[in-house]
Amino acid sequence: MDNSRRKFLKIAGLSAIAGIGAPTAFNGLLKGEAFASSAPSGGGGHGSEKAPTGKRYGFAIDIKKFASDKDLAQRCVNACHSTHNVPDFGNNKDGSKNRKDEIKWIWAEKFEHTFPDHSHYKKNEQLQETPILTLCNHCDNPPCVRACPTQATFKNSDGLVLMDFHRCIGCRFCMAACPYGARSFNWRSPRELDASGNYKYIKNPNPDFPTRMRGVVEKCNMCAERLAEGKLPACVEAAASSEAIVFGDLNDSHSPVSQVLKEKFTIQRKPALGTKPSIFYII
Amino acid sequence: MYDKGKIIPGLIVFVGLVTFPIWYGLATTAGPLPNPEKPTNAKECVEPVEFMRSSHMVLLNEWRDNIVRSGGTRKGTTADGTEYVRSLQKGCMNCHTSKKKFCDECHTYAAVNPYCWDCHIQPKETN
Amino acid sequence: MIEKALSGNGRYFAWLTFLLVIMGVGGLCYLQQFNYGLGVTGMSRDVSWGLYISQFTFMVGVAAGGVMLVLPYYLHNYKVFGKITILGEFMAVAAVAMCLMFILADLGQPMRALNVLLHPTPNSILFWDMIVLNGYLFLNIVGGWVILNAEKKDVPPPKWVKWLIYLSIPWAISIHTVTAFLYCGLPGRHYWLTAILAPRFLASAFAAGPSLLVICALILRKYTDFDAGKEAINKLVTIITYAAILNFFFVGLELFVGYYSNIPGHMHTLDYLFFGLTDHAGEVYDNLVGPMRFSMVIGMAATIALLFPKMRDSYTKIGWLCGAIFLSLWIDKGLGLVLGGFVPTPLEYIVEYYPSKIELGITAAVWATGAFILTVLYKVAISVKLTK
Repeated sequence: MDNSRRKFLKIAGLSAIAGIGAPTAFNGLLKGEAFASSAPSGGGGHGSEKAPTGKRYGFAIDIKKFASDKDLAQRCVNACHSTHNVPDFGNNKDGSKNRKDEIKWIWAEKFEHTFPDHSHYKKNEQLQETPILTLCNHCDNPPCVRACPTQATFKNSDGLVLMDFHRCIGCRFCMAACPYGARSFNWRSPRELDASGNYKYIKNPNPDFPTRMRGVVEKCNMCAERLAEGKLPACVEAAASSEAIVFGDLNDSHSPVSQVLKEKFTIQRKPALGTKPSIFYII
Repeated sequence: MYDKGKIIPGLIVFVGLVTFPIWYGLATTAGPLPNPEKPTNAKECVEPVEFMRSSHMVLLNEWRDNIVRSGGTRKGTTADGTEYVRSLQKGCMNCHTSKKKFCDECHTYAAVNPYCWDCHIQPKETN
Repeated sequence: MIEKALSGNGRYFAWLTFLLVIMGVGGLCYLQQFNYGLGVTGMSRDVSWGLYISQFTFMVGVAAGGVMLVLPYYLHNYKVFGKITILGEFMAVAAVAMCLMFILADLGQPMRALNVLLHPTPNSILFWDMIVLNGYLFLNIVGGWVILNAEKKDVPPPKWVKWLIYLSIPWAISIHTVTAFLYCGLPGRHYWLTAILAPRFLASAFAAGPSLLVICALILRKYTDFDAGKEAINKLVTIITYAAILNFFFVGLELFVGYYSNIPGHMHTLDYLFFGLTDHAGEVYDNLVGPMRFSMVIGMAATIALLFPKMRDSYTKIGWLCGAIFLSLWIDKGLGLVLGGFVPTPLEYIVEYYPSKIELGITAAVWATGAFILTVLYKVAISVKLTK
């Protein structure tokens, strides 16, 4: 059924090419979607997916572990941000209205903000107080990749949605397209120096990873550079002692993450949008 | 031709001005040739010297595209079997430890201004 | 033909000088932005597009509006528009030029703008927008210039140019449709995610573009010997009236769907734009409520007024009413649509946006550049028309 709908749309798109440029965009869009996704478009309910191809790395984040250890989330954030030289402009602290220049790859958020479309009426109190790790979902069907006019953001063969900082023109179309607020823009140079010649906004820079330059978009890369060296993502490593984040290939039914997902009840962010997030939350 | 007296001298002055850099270069020397510092711990680079001299930037671009975009390998091997990391920060600068004495030497001479170090963190200069 | 722009009276040169001063000041502002980054603007992580992109969206509409002259004249042989069709084409040229400048001003890495051509990406709507905008610029500048040149030499225009003109008609529809697709294809931005966005864009464009054209025609009539003619102005006003009625009808449809369905995501931005949105802490955010209400009131009042023959019996009244409609649509589309779409954020925070002074300076400079291009092109066009 899904297949015939797809076919119809393609034929409709093709026949419109004879007309003018605008409808061809529609057809190209369909092609782009097929190109970006590792699995064909799913039928049925939200989040049901067809036979996968290739790798697709994902997380299962165990919320209870973060409830019992309130600092754990911040340790994960710090591990990520110091690994990737994410600048802290000092205007993104809680309660501060001026979050203008803020850059973050992963952060602790309240449940009601990470899951705004869930009912918050008489919700379990512990859940409301638990810091929820929030990051890029590395969607299987990423709207940001569809929107990018230069393929500066793209999906790699491991199912990671990555940024090519050399190619990004800074149009911020991906930021408008992302339904998860996962992307940040370099509104100013992250490498401003203080009086003694050190980076003002990047304490202890990691020399093995670049910083960014002003005018490009950045976001979580699921530590693609660490995965290549056989290491776990920095946040997963920071939470290793309590196994609060389970990592692995979602397309491999024997991977740790697939095993956990089989057993536990999990939720995803905004599944109704059809983006197919690769980040799951164990409630 | 009208205004011959103005047009011809004008043309001569124009051609003279446009070709000024050539005259200037012929009349003066461009200073001493650059002498980038060679590493002491290795004899061979990842490609022959001639290729590196003319096309290291092409090579860097290829590494980057291959690794970042197509999931290419991060390890490479030189002709004599030495392994290296295909990376500016973790590979090249491993042997060529000083940006000042290696990169800048030629880049300054050729007045090119690559933006590598706008993002990548250059190794600490030892002296 | 361009030499005709080099001679004019004192008022003409004073106006151009005035525009050049604004362009100069804005240029200095842009230099600051170029050196520091887009952090000099009021945009933020949460409201990541601001005045530049909203003005861009509005100007695409003004550009598309030119087709409201081209279509009746070339497809329906409506001779009355023959004299002013060139004004529509040249307005499209100036408006598209402004669009391109706004896009360039908005890029974080403007030096890499050509990456869009180097790595063409057909699944990105921005790629198609680049194609249709540049195509429309080309069609209008070539079409307008060739026909004007033929008129100057008193020969019939070459046959091939006719096909460019015919092509420019659906092309005008396409530029605003594709621009609407930039917004309405994004999941998770409820205010934009509506199939009626493209029709609404077109309706407001066909009111705003011709409104500006009427105002320009009235200015030309006052300060030059060029008279568009009573019948042409009247017909334009009729077009404006119906397009504006359609636009406000579409706005009403949006309000109905949002509030009758009672789906929070569909109501949030409407609340923010028309009533003010309250966050979890009880704080009210309403910085666009005043402008949006003002926009609706003057827009609808002017549209209704235009339905009465008594209100269009003098050029002064027509000028003011068209001005009111233009201003109304500028607020609705040039501010509310883009800025409102970002409120609330995907995580349902409410962040308001205020443009910075530098941002305003750059925006003013782009408007001034557009006015400069328009003035020069109109000067050429009416000089040719008047010497005949």
